Amino acid sequence: MTGSNSLPVAAMTRLAWRNLWRNHRRTLIMLLAIAVGVWAMIFMTALMRGMVDEMVRDGIASLPGYVQIHHPEFRDDPSIENSLQEPGPELLSALAQPAVAGWTSRVRVPAMISSERDSRGITLLGVDPAGEIALGFDPEDIVEGRFLDSRDDEGLVIGRKLLERLETELGKRVVLMSQDPENNVADRGFRIVGVYKASLEGQEELFVYSGLAGVQTLLKMGTMVSEIAVAGHDYRTTDELMEILRKSSPSESEVLPWTELDSYLNSMMSMMDGFVLVWIVVIFLALSFGLINTLMMAVFERIREIGLMQALGMRPSQILYLILVESLLLLALGLLIGNILAIGSILPLREGIDLSAVAKGMEMMGAGSTLYPALKLRDLATANAVVIVLGLLTSLLPAWHASRYSPVEAIAKL
Amino acid sequence: MILSLRMAWRNLWRHKRRTWLTALAMIFSNVLLIFMISLQFGSYDMMINNTLNAFSGHIQVQHEGYNDNPKQRSSVPAAAQLAEELRSALPDERIATRGSAFALVSSERRSLGVQIIGVQPGYETMVSTLPGLVKEGRFLKDPEAAEIVIGSVLARNLKASIGDELTLLGSGRDGSFAAGVVSICGIFDSGSSAMDRSLAEVPLRYFQDTFAMGDHGHSIVIAVDELGAVPAALAVVEEEIQGKAELAALGWNQLQPGLKQAIQADLSSAWFMYGVLIILVAFSVLNTQLMSVLERTREFGVITALGIKPRKLASLVMLETVLMALLGLIIGLALGWLLASYLNTTGFHYPGMEEMADKFNLPDRVYPSVTLFSMILGPGIVFLFSLLAAVYPSLRLFRLQPVEAMRAV
Repeated sequence: MTGSNSLPVAAMTRLAWRNLWRNHRRTLIMLLAIAVGVWAMIFMTALMRGMVDEMVRDGIASLPGYVQIHHPEFRDDPSIENSLQEPGPELLSALAQPAVAGWTSRVRVPAMISSERDSRGITLLGVDPAGEIALGFDPEDIVEGRFLDSRDDEGLVIGRKLLERLETELGKRVVLMSQDPENNVADRGFRIVGVYKASLEGQEELFVYSGLAGVQTLLKMGTMVSEIAVAGHDYRTTDELMEILRKSSPSESEVLPWTELDSYLNSMMSMMDGFVLVWIVVIFLALSFGLINTLMMAVFERIREIGLMQALGMRPSQILYLILVESLLLLALGLLIGNILAIGSILPLREGIDLSAVAKGMEMMGAGSTLYPALKLRDLATANAVVIVLGLLTSLLPAWHASRYSPVEAIAKL
Repeated sequence: MILSLRMAWRNLWRHKRRTWLTALAMIFSNVLLIFMISLQFGSYDMMINNTLNAFSGHIQVQHEGYNDNPKQRSSVPAAAQLAEELRSALPDERIATRGSAFALVSSERRSLGVQIIGVQPGYETMVSTLPGLVKEGRFLKDPEAAEIVIGSVLARNLKASIGDELTLLGSGRDGSFAAGVVSICGIFDSGSSAMDRSLAEVPLRYFQDTFAMGDHGHSIVIAVDELGAVPAALAVVEEEIQGKAELAALGWNQLQPGLKQAIQADLSSAWFMYGVLIILVAFSVLNTQLMSVLERTREFGVITALGIKPRKLASLVMLETVLMALLGLIIGLALGWLLASYLNTTGFHYPGMEEMADKFNLPDRVYPSVTLFSMILGPGIVFLFSLLAAVYPSLRLFRLQPVEAMRAV
């Protein structure tokens, strides 16, 4: 906006604002459409993000540790033969670095559990309770009895669903059967000292905890463990953690982040990023037809006026600018209402949306039965940026059109 | 009528660009809706069929309560005979008897807990796709032989191959100690890691002997050719087992409650998205028609003054909307149908689908279902909402005051 005959920005904005309200019905309908579109963009995104976050949280909870160290064969063949030594001095010093939020080593073997009534296949975890709690096991999840108190604890903590399946109860003895490295069947009675709940029933049925030392003795493993699990500070960024651990781990071991341990979760996470963008753009496209239409009409009704303005010395670039400012004001106002609506509708849902009617289906997808919407600043910014940037680009067409009229023809037009 | 049709058509093209833009909004939504709905229906069908045909079948007869809490004691007496009776009652359906128990399976080098299924070799191949997925060796043949078919992951974990012997350790129906030695005759690879890791099949009679089952089984599996035939078959089965109080007939949505609920959850989020799209289109139509009514205020004023009833004008505006919506419907339908038919032959694949596919028993390409219903559903609703959106602009015409209207700018 240079030159002697240009209008100052403030005047231009005022002009645009007034133009916008000359046909208030049309502007209101368009505003409403933008607001609904923006609300849907943000609301839906928050729901989907919430679901995936929940899946990742549950997934990480089922194999706690953002990064795990295993024997290279262990993932394909989770057997006692594929064990590794507890961390040596080099790894221990790496584990003391600030990037590590907590770590633990555990034995993880397939086993069979039998009560007087029934037998089932489970995964036996020999754990150090303090380490598990540091990695995210919540002692609040114990619904009956207690969690293990030390790595020498010989009690057994099992899931609520498994307890029901085995028709047994707290304080009763059950027999665990697995094999030692020589392939002899190793079995022993254990007393159930605690019962835990998890958000996925599958987990409650699968994981059985006991003290690390007792399990090592039962399975004649000495001080070997199946995995070393390490937690960082944010599950989204495991690169730094990976680098530290890769350098200091024993040579015949495999260090993997959770994204590779559970490829389903990882692909869901990256798919969600794609989905969010596609969803926002699709909604925008649906809006864009209305937007062009509205501006087109606004220009069309004012052909004479525009011609007059040009005749009075307004340059085509200024006409273009004026229409773009009108569009910008419309978009900004719509965004404002849309954002307020979205935040206003997500906040009351902070406590979670109850989906227990389809709990089994959600479990199939790997999510719990309560959905906590997750409003991410990044998604909010993406939605707003897409609407403003693409919106202005779309408005270029009618604006360019408006600036192209020749003054004489325009004034002559009815 | 012809006259008003012509008038409506001409009115529509007084603003060519506006009409096309509004129709484009409809076309865009229609194509998108057809694409998504046909893809959804296609994958639901596949999910249901693959899951049910893999193992569980469409209907099962079990002991009351067995489905929620599968206990070995909750068995079906004289299971093979009952299956025979059901076969004569339902001659067209495929029916097989199974028993199931949990056992510790040991090879020379490894021991693992495995779900052992006793099956009727001849009938099992008809109700489950598993026998067809035997990649090494062969499926069970002899109804009594001490043979076993195991999953590929299980074979790898047991470090066992065809011909090797496995020891089974478990408990019998009466709580007694159950043990047996079987030789591996086949290894299946279903692609579902859960099945390949933890499932093994032995002949039913061998199973009954080993696990002290007598003539009992745990389930009678009935597979039908299409989902629509399930309720009728279920009714026949229920009649057959009447009088046997301890038995229950279960349909697929009871056998696989997760399946139906996953579909429901997916449908409700999908309908939210569709709803938003449809509402945005409706706004577009509302805006266009409102403008077109307002800019013709003078014209309408003159016409009313000439004695045309507002009702007539309102129906003219509705007719214009119908024509415009039809334009969007027809073009959208044509493009959407082309897209869906193309994908129906080539299949559709998106990144990250392999992992999803494994979880939901899908192949890693989905084929949209091109049926009249999946084509017309989305565009039909868009059409309806477009008409609804035009109601307000048309109703305004009833408030038109001819004199004032003629003075309007």
